[in-house]
Amino acid sequence: MNLMRLLRGDTDAPEWYDFPGGVHPPENKTQSLRGPIAEFPLQEEYVVPLNQHIGAVSVPVVEVGESVLTGQVIAEAAGFISAPAHAPTSGTVTAIEDRPVPHPSGLTTGCIIIRADGHDTWRPRTPWAHLQDHHHTDLLARIQNAGLTGLGGASFPTAVKLAADRNHVDTLIVNGTECEPYITADHALMRERPQQILRGIEVAHELYDFRRILIGVEDNKPDAVSALRRALTAIPAELEARIELRVFPTRYPSGGEKQLVYLLTGQEVPAGGLPTDLGMLCHNVGTLAALADAVFDDRPLISRITTLTGNQLPWQGNIEVRLGTDIRTILDWAGYQPDPNRAERIIMGGPMMGFALDQRQLPLVKATNCLLVPTEQELPTPPPAKPCIRCGQCEQVCPAGLLPQQLMWFAQSHEWDKAESHHLFDCIECGACAYVCPSHIPLVQYYRFAKGSIRREQAEHRQSERARLRFEARQARLEREAAEKEARRRQRAEAARARQAEQATTPTADSSPADPVAAAVARSKARKQASQSAAGRATATVSPGAPELTREQLSARLDSQRRRLEKAEAKLAAAAPEHQKAMETTVSKLREQIHKTEQQLADRPEREA
Amino acid sequence: MIILWSILALLFLAALFGALLGYASVRFKPEGDPIIDQIDDILPQTQCGQCGYPGCRPYAEAIANGDPINKCPPGGESTIQELADLLDVEPLPLDAEHGEEKPKQVAIIREDECIGCTKCIQACPVDAILGAAKQMHTVIASECTGCDLCVDPCPVDCIDMVPVETSIQTWHWQAPQPDYKLIATDAGRSGEAA
Repeated sequence: MNLMRLLRGDTDAPEWYDFPGGVHPPENKTQSLRGPIAEFPLQEEYVVPLNQHIGAVSVPVVEVGESVLTGQVIAEAAGFISAPAHAPTSGTVTAIEDRPVPHPSGLTTGCIIIRADGHDTWRPRTPWAHLQDHHHTDLLARIQNAGLTGLGGASFPTAVKLAADRNHVDTLIVNGTECEPYITADHALMRERPQQILRGIEVAHELYDFRRILIGVEDNKPDAVSALRRALTAIPAELEARIELRVFPTRYPSGGEKQLVYLLTGQEVPAGGLPTDLGMLCHNVGTLAALADAVFDDRPLISRITTLTGNQLPWQGNIEVRLGTDIRTILDWAGYQPDPNRAERIIMGGPMMGFALDQRQLPLVKATNCLLVPTEQELPTPPPAKPCIRCGQCEQVCPAGLLPQQLMWFAQSHEWDKAESHHLFDCIECGACAYVCPSHIPLVQYYRFAKGSIRREQAEHRQSERARLRFEARQARLEREAAEKEARRRQRAEAARARQAEQATTPTADSSPADPVAAAVARSKARKQASQSAAGRATATVSPGAPELTREQLSARLDSQRRRLEKAEAKLAAAAPEHQKAMETTVSKLREQIHKTEQQLADRPEREA
Repeated sequence: MIILWSILALLFLAALFGALLGYASVRFKPEGDPIIDQIDDILPQTQCGQCGYPGCRPYAEAIANGDPINKCPPGGESTIQELADLLDVEPLPLDAEHGEEKPKQVAIIREDECIGCTKCIQACPVDAILGAAKQMHTVIASECTGCDLCVDPCPVDCIDMVPVETSIQTWHWQAPQPDYKLIATDAGRSGEAA
């Protein structure tokens, strides 16, 4: 691994591990390291974009015409992955409007424009002398409110990184690599303000109580290494014992987060994962210095160190500049004279990962670590791309161990699922493959295109899925409403019928045959009639039941009738003259009855026989 | 004799596997028709009804029953291509009878002209319009599918369909145009539109 160490017989854990691939482009760092960091003068106008970080666009909390103080919050974080923005100087908000910002798209976005009053009056600040006096939640809130983002170039909100689970993180990786050619902002910071970086480490250590803290620096920065070594002797022994300063050979892209983690620990960040999966946090030296400023001095992120370089600039070096400063004035300050015969080329970031700005009148943002204005001689425009010759050099230099050529084919033929299965999203877009490509194919642009297309497709799919759910929910609601309406209608109809039936029971109402109650009443009526007629039939059968009497019964009845006649005739004879009339009718009735019975008895003998 | 045994053995195996397959077809019977779900997943879910069916799922069911795959203008060529891949049929050009492919749009209500009739709310298939009777209505832009079903019912024509503009958040890198393809004559010769 490290041949020199092996030759010396040093078989302990190596100081660094070898990551695959990588390239050695010309460094071009000395021209911007000739002098100390210069303080850029205050300007009249600042343009603060609302999306200087990865994540949700922050929300303005000031109004046009409002006067603001240096360091005052002018836009608040919107959601968890977001960061606030602060007034870079005191003055008046003159507008909140869309302005072009440094972005590869060249599009505009919301910005807060501040006209400076020239006094640079700070808002009241409360510096902290000792971290131990304050609770962790206060510390985290202070970091969140300071608007810190990763100053290495990706601009990821620092507070989000520092919110990682305390129990699983035991290692801090401090990234002082700065592997990209031309850029020296971190180098200058380490050289001039190493104690500031160590104070930032102290803040992170207070939050996490790291087991070990690894500072990684490439060996092309000996002055930065010695400055850090000197500063390390001045910090508490308890912290110093955990810090290891590791120096390793210069190779691009050793400063990539995953590459640096492997370089220093020999552990590989899993595909699609983060260093926290391995219990590690990785912070750039510039971020840590800003963290110290924010926590100890209550100074939010309103300025950064930016490298001005490229041979078209008469003055090359590092400047500490307020965020929102117009890039045009910075370049003018450095003595930039545009070449009228050539297309202007100003690159934000380095030659490997940076992008060309389409104009100069743009604000400097949190991610602007370098402004590179190269001449055609030092950084020639890439010649036209030629077809791939399948030489395989890109695969040799890929630090993520991917197959760049395959990914290019998949991107060209829009085979997104294949690109994804070849781990397109593990590509760090370092540009090493495009750097070595003999056909000058802009490989990284293919990957960015493929990643963007896949993300858009995923977003569209999520949206169509949501539309489907909303549509289905609406259909279900409409059906439910229709069913409820139908149920209500039926209920009303039933109630109406019940009312009608009630009226039907009163005699005046005529019962409609459809009404069940009326029908029931009719049925009961019919039943009553039926039973009455049955009873009638029963009584009718009793009187003609006489012929069914037997001869004995008839003769018995005749005998009793004759006895009653005899009694009645005896009474008639003895009766007083006023009663004789009534007695006579009784006697005659009895004689009639006897005569009837005698007739019946006379009819009977034939049937009886 | 050996022939008899082999026939018996084959019969036994046939019976065994038949029973296994029969059991599996009952035990692992898929719920519903999975092909309809797959087709529905590809369709853009605008629920615009331009295909002639009341929503995307009915069209998915119709495609599963043999309807042509080129009736979806919001999905456009890419949806037709995906459907062709899924169903293993020839991709057809978009049927112009059902409309033409347009960039993604979103409905915007000119709010000071809105009279609050709620007709557009009733027309919106995804409940993306907010409002009440005699109150101003507005479109929830993030939920609007751009189906333009709300435009016709509006009695005062205060709804505009505007194309969605690319913002910094939605922008992404375009594919590099190889320089040898930029030369117009070369592009013509290889039959590719530059």
